[in-house]
Amino acid sequence: MQAKRRVFLKGSLAASAVGVAVGAGLLTPRTVLAAWPEAAYKAKDAAGALKGALGVDSATDSADVTVKAPDIAENGAVVPITIESKMAGAEMIAMLVDGNEMPLVCDFTMTGAQAYISTRIRMGKTSNVVGVVKAGGKLYQAKKEVKVTIGGCGG
Amino acid sequence: MATDTIKIRASVAGDVAEVKCLIKHDMETGQRVDKATGNKVPAKFINEISASVNGKEVLTGHMSVAVSKNPYLAFKVPAKSGDAVKVTWKDNTGDTDTAEEKIG
Repeated sequence: MQAKRRVFLKGSLAASAVGVAVGAGLLTPRTVLAAWPEAAYKAKDAAGALKGALGVDSATDSADVTVKAPDIAENGAVVPITIESKMAGAEMIAMLVDGNEMPLVCDFTMTGAQAYISTRIRMGKTSNVVGVVKAGGKLYQAKKEVKVTIGGCGG
Repeated sequence: MATDTIKIRASVAGDVAEVKCLIKHDMETGQRVDKATGNKVPAKFINEISASVNGKEVLTGHMSVAVSKNPYLAFKVPAKSGDAVKVTWKDNTGDTDTAEEKIG
């Protein structure tokens, strides 16, 4: 904790107001993380989720977005997914599962990292996994169907 | 505050490092029923995650309960051997952890 605080202080010395706030204990290092966009994650359709997470509600299909996923997932609780794009200027990535009650799985903003995200997700039933990449203010998507034999969302 | 929940492995290929993180976290959905009590286990999941290299933030993200238990996350970032990569997560109950690792 102490070490993290030091690092944060160093990084924000230029912004003296922030430095003062930290010094006064008003602002803890964890507040540097952007707030969770609750509306996007509670949205029941892809358009609402995209609007909330990426700021645009529709995406065009693109061959420049790659979604790597298994054809058949025996266990819906752990489905490995990789989304990648070689597109120039890719700034955000979101992952959606059409068949889940709330489609948005995760979203990432790249401020130095490349357009590559690999993670493991839960899927309730057989459906499309959608990878969405935001570049130049527009959304580009690719889909891959994953057959799920045992759903991963129930108890 | 949770401790020792994050494992980071980073490897460099050319001038890009692939950073793989494995986080120990239950990612409770809020739907699961505790068989002993019959009550639903309250939701507790990581919803914010960020990564930095040498103190500069390179990736921030959000997650939902649709991310598997003990989340795995891999990303690629331009970096060289010896750079310090730091990963921080925070869950919906305010629990948080940070880990730092040198890129090998």
